Amino acid sequence: MKIKDYLCDDAVIIGLDARDSEQVIRTLGGKLRNLGYVKENFVEATLEREANLPTGLPLGGEYNAAIPHVDIEYVNQSALGLATLKQDVVFCNMVENDVEVPCRLVIMLALDQPKSQIEMLQSVAAVLQDQEIVKKLVSAETAEEVFSILS
Amino acid sequence: MAKTVIVSCGTGIATSTVAAIAIEEACKEAGIDVVTKQCKGQEIPELLKQGADLIVTTSVMRFDPGIPVVKGLAFLTGVGKDAIVQEILDHLRE
Repeated sequence: MKIKDYLCDDAVIIGLDARDSEQVIRTLGGKLRNLGYVKENFVEATLEREANLPTGLPLGGEYNAAIPHVDIEYVNQSALGLATLKQDVVFCNMVENDVEVPCRLVIMLALDQPKSQIEMLQSVAAVLQDQEIVKKLVSAETAEEVFSILS
Repeated sequence: MAKTVIVSCGTGIATSTVAAIAIEEACKEAGIDVVTKQCKGQEIPELLKQGADLIVTTSVMRFDPGIPVVKGLAFLTGVGKDAIVQEILDHLRE
């Protein structure tokens, strides 16, 4: 199962005009909640986790990404949400929490089992490690385009 | 005897999974017998009681565990991946 098998049509947002990471997480998490993939308290839990254990990843190229996620207890069924951002939004660095990472791509992970969805996690990592794909995703104009880049 | 690597991240289920698999693959290739144990950052002290040779973490270490720590963000971002794989193998060969 690759990324696109978990990615929800209705949780792909193109060019989200967000001022901060909280707005990104609320918007993307809200979509997953409305679709029933995550529980009511998923968004609040993800925000809290992001504040304590941030998920910004400097990718070494033009664009960086963040992968907000939270414990399995807040998830009904594994799914992914993806947002490209209209402008850089700051997430903090996953291993150096006081370092700010301006991000243009956010992939929200909702995982319903521990240490599972290995292939999906690995393909998320593979996407993040390919700056060409990241660039294509950031410049995608439609959700269909995002799916075709990921397939 | 197999070397033990604690692989930690914020939730113990997502980014540590990616790191643990990469570590297992690299060790296999290098002929090093390794066991990985995934956990959340705050669960590290408990796992340390059972003994470990190395910690690889994708989240912040908030205490000194008394054994070597390698930051494993490169398993996600690819930036500097070869260097941290080498660093991990060097620690495990000691």
